[in-house]
Amino acid sequence: MFGNTRKARAAAFAALAVTVALVATGCAATGDNSGSGDEGSGDANYAITFLPKNLGNAYFDTSDAGGADAIKEFGGTYAEVGPAESGPDAQVSFINTLTQQGVGGIVVSANDPQAICDALNEARDAGTKVVTFDSDTNPECRDLFINQATAEGIAKVEVDLIAEQIGGAGKIAILSSTPNATNQNAWIEIMKTYLASDYPDIELVDTVYGTDDDQASFDKTAALLQTYPDLKGIISPTTVGITAAARYLSTSEFKGKIALTGLGTPNQMRDYVQDGTVTAFALWNPADLGYLAAYAAKALIDGDITGAKGDTFDGGKLGSFTVGENGSVLLGDPFTFNKDNIGDFDF
Amino acid sequence: MTALSPSPTVGSRIAHGFGAFVKARETGILLALVLVIVAATVKNPNFLFSSDGFRDLLLTPSILLLVAVGQAIVIITRNVDLSVGSVLGLTAYLTGRLFIDVPGIPVIAVFAIGIVAGGLLGLINGALVAFAKVPALVITLGTLYAYRGINVLWTGSDRINSSDMPASFLALGTQSILFIPILTIIAVVVLVVAAWYLRNQRGGRELYAIGSDPDAANLYGLKVTQRLLAAFILCGALAGLAGVLYAARYGTVNSQAGAGYELNAVGAAVIGGVAIFGGSGSVWGAAIGAYLLLTINRALPILGVQDFWQRAVVGALIIGAIVLDRVLALRQARRLVEARDS
Amino acid sequence: MTNFLQALAPATRTYKDHSQPLWRRILFSREAAVIGGTLLVILVASLSVRAFAKPITATYLLLDIAPILLIALPMSLIIITGEIDLSVASIVGLSSVTLGVLHQGGMPIEAAAVVALLVGALAGAVNGFLITVVGLPSLAVTIGTLALYRGLAVGLLGTKAVTEFTEFWTDLAKSKIGATAIPSVVIPIVILAAIFGVVLHLTPFGRGIYAIGLSAEAARFSGIHVERTKFILFMLSGLVSALAGIYYTLRFSSARGDNATGLELSVIAAVLLGGVSIFGGRGSTLGPIAGAVLIGVLASALRLANVTSDVINIITGTLLVASVVATSFLAWLRTKRSRPGKKTETLAAAKG
Repeated sequence: MFGNTRKARAAAFAALAVTVALVATGCAATGDNSGSGDEGSGDANYAITFLPKNLGNAYFDTSDAGGADAIKEFGGTYAEVGPAESGPDAQVSFINTLTQQGVGGIVVSANDPQAICDALNEARDAGTKVVTFDSDTNPECRDLFINQATAEGIAKVEVDLIAEQIGGAGKIAILSSTPNATNQNAWIEIMKTYLASDYPDIELVDTVYGTDDDQASFDKTAALLQTYPDLKGIISPTTVGITAAARYLSTSEFKGKIALTGLGTPNQMRDYVQDGTVTAFALWNPADLGYLAAYAAKALIDGDITGAKGDTFDGGKLGSFTVGENGSVLLGDPFTFNKDNIGDFDF
Repeated sequence: MTALSPSPTVGSRIAHGFGAFVKARETGILLALVLVIVAATVKNPNFLFSSDGFRDLLLTPSILLLVAVGQAIVIITRNVDLSVGSVLGLTAYLTGRLFIDVPGIPVIAVFAIGIVAGGLLGLINGALVAFAKVPALVITLGTLYAYRGINVLWTGSDRINSSDMPASFLALGTQSILFIPILTIIAVVVLVVAAWYLRNQRGGRELYAIGSDPDAANLYGLKVTQRLLAAFILCGALAGLAGVLYAARYGTVNSQAGAGYELNAVGAAVIGGVAIFGGSGSVWGAAIGAYLLLTINRALPILGVQDFWQRAVVGALIIGAIVLDRVLALRQARRLVEARDS
Repeated sequence: MTNFLQALAPATRTYKDHSQPLWRRILFSREAAVIGGTLLVILVASLSVRAFAKPITATYLLLDIAPILLIALPMSLIIITGEIDLSVASIVGLSSVTLGVLHQGGMPIEAAAVVALLVGALAGAVNGFLITVVGLPSLAVTIGTLALYRGLAVGLLGTKAVTEFTEFWTDLAKSKIGATAIPSVVIPIVILAAIFGVVLHLTPFGRGIYAIGLSAEAARFSGIHVERTKFILFMLSGLVSALAGIYYTLRFSSARGDNATGLELSVIAAVLLGGVSIFGGRGSTLGPIAGAVLIGVLASALRLANVTSDVINIITGTLLVASVVATSFLAWLRTKRSRPGKKTETLAAAKG
């Protein structure tokens, strides 16, 4: 009797394990097709994976789609992985998996300049090329950085926009993404310097972090308006933040009275520009950014460039680009969207 | 000869009722809530007196209120349901998908489907607990993982935007009737019905019996399995309703909606006087606990405390509440023993 | 009279030590089933998942499950006594933040690590105090301390992360033993596992843990210090969680209040999968280790096959529920089968 139940127990477990293993096989059989990039055939390994700050973010959807277009053009294999929530170490296990899989290139937007460095260097030791875009890591961990615009340019355009909208004087606050994000922190530093030098009558009262989570950004906006009743403007240098803030403002009594600007995508902001919550905001073309990053990865994989200053490579339909200081490549300048031109774009 | 005590007069009845009200656990929490609101309003009158402030004060905790009420019902039966956050997330996403995939679907149908979906998810929990006799902690820990995983798998890297849902539905999330937000009205109606059911209906009172002593309830002949199933289904259905309201309130739903709600729900119930060991407490307490928790969250930045300390405050309140309950229970037991021995 | 007593206590034993021969006891145990499942998954994965059968897989796998293995050791002891500790992940976060804040403030990393360990032990002691002295149920207490410790961790650092750590220690956390693919962190894990195993199976303290799990009242009357044992176990849990937190911080070079959120679920899943009964009184040390390895291998294989991490979460959650339901179901089967036979046996014994 005891023997029967012990055996039954062992059998139950074996059955469970077999079922799970079969499921794994099934998934592996389908998954294997998308992950291949055979070195044996003599081609370069064009399996490039995009690793954004987090998934479910409209900005990265557009940029990664641009990358997918580029990869289709030069015949590589595209994949996109990422954590559901932004965090400094959330990307590490994905990078580890990519190293194990032996992909040709990783294109990553980093949540922190330092935290993923070791994992990226392990990947590079295994032969993978690493390109950062949108948000950089420390230069020694990657081969190239594709910068959407100069940090000075981005900071300046946002401060100019808010100053124009609040009449050059008053209290403003910043709604950023995660506290460690390389790009936002760089822009915020320059914003502070620029405010001090050019707009002494504008006071920056607080910087809050919505961690690129929609609900958190929504609630943080509400808290800002509660805590600082005489706030005149909010700058949100992240597309998730500005969308959530606009949504809150458009149903609050402060609509139209508090200026909101920052970096947003036209599709997400169109309703709020049209109903008057937001007057103008800035961005660049994220699809071009992802496109260029993919071509940069291809150039590295081919061995055309090593990421040294002065290297030039082909950026597909965007033309030829030269590597600048510290291994960074500049895409262009930020672009201002407002009521007049927002209908012309679809991303 | 037995001397009959005189039947209670109206005056003594009122006095007795008033005494019970003052001594009730829930009153203490209500007082704490009032204190917090007063302190925050003194510091910044906009907290209560601006139309946004008043609306947000009532509106934001309404969703948690529903989840806390469901959680309280389950805790009263000496179980716990940790999967409510994931159920909320799933039904919120389901709501968005219904509006996208079935254009023109009436809002009331979406509400019904959301509640039924939540009830089904709760049924799975309840069945495993009632039939397999496994502790609810483990079951709901597993379903917390599993439901969230299903949510993320289904969502992919998608998200529901407010433009996907009809304006009439979103208006529910922001409009008010007579200065009281519609969401709050819905939540309070549910609260009143739940409280009445638990106090005055047989099914409700049997839940207390099951929580106080499951073995005795079994021996007494109560249909324990049925009641447990009902409790879990109710909890899931309320979480489902909360998910629909979440979609109306926030307008944007991603795969992480509702993450962490279960902790706030259990905390709200425990702070509100629902004993974690089952058998006592009321949904009024859980509702006030929900309001207290979220109002403290909003009041902290105004009082000058960095809102990063929110979770610590919640944890301290939970521990304080259960220690207080324990001390009160010990004192009560000692008093009863003295009364018996004297 | 003496004849009667003699008849009741025969001088020689007529029954065997065990009901099963040794090979059967080893092969048909829960641990063997889990290990068998692990081997099966490794086999299938090596054949069907590209890039699985490489040494680097084992490295990343062990680096990933190291915190779970560490915390599963005291957690299985706690669950055997019938309690539970849900605050372990928050203690990991708290010790991680302590390490980060102190190191950023200038303290050498070794001293900061010691302080972090002390903080963990203190946190565990607070749990133990509330459970044994004040007499609160461990579920409620550890839900409260889960929020409190996580809140303290997030409050100390905000959502910012400390990412600058001494390279020597971060390299050590990820280093491997000699030329093999096995990470060095396995050494402290093996040592701790051996210690916990010896304590649980070969000391009176360990037997006491089983006794408390089966019946705390009976254990108290047998002379076992129930409160003291539980207090020590919770303090150990805090200490080992702090150690896991230090490792986690060094491995990811990132001290953040949100570190290891949700880790307690993985630990409990591993422990319950490994055969420790949630009702208390049953379990071993090897089982949870095998359970953690099974979950880790499964997750690793699925990740390499490009199955997203949420599916892995679904499988972990389902495995957790299935393993506990299966145990419950098999126990019910056993009572159904034993009842008819037992009745006649006892009646016969009483008569004869």
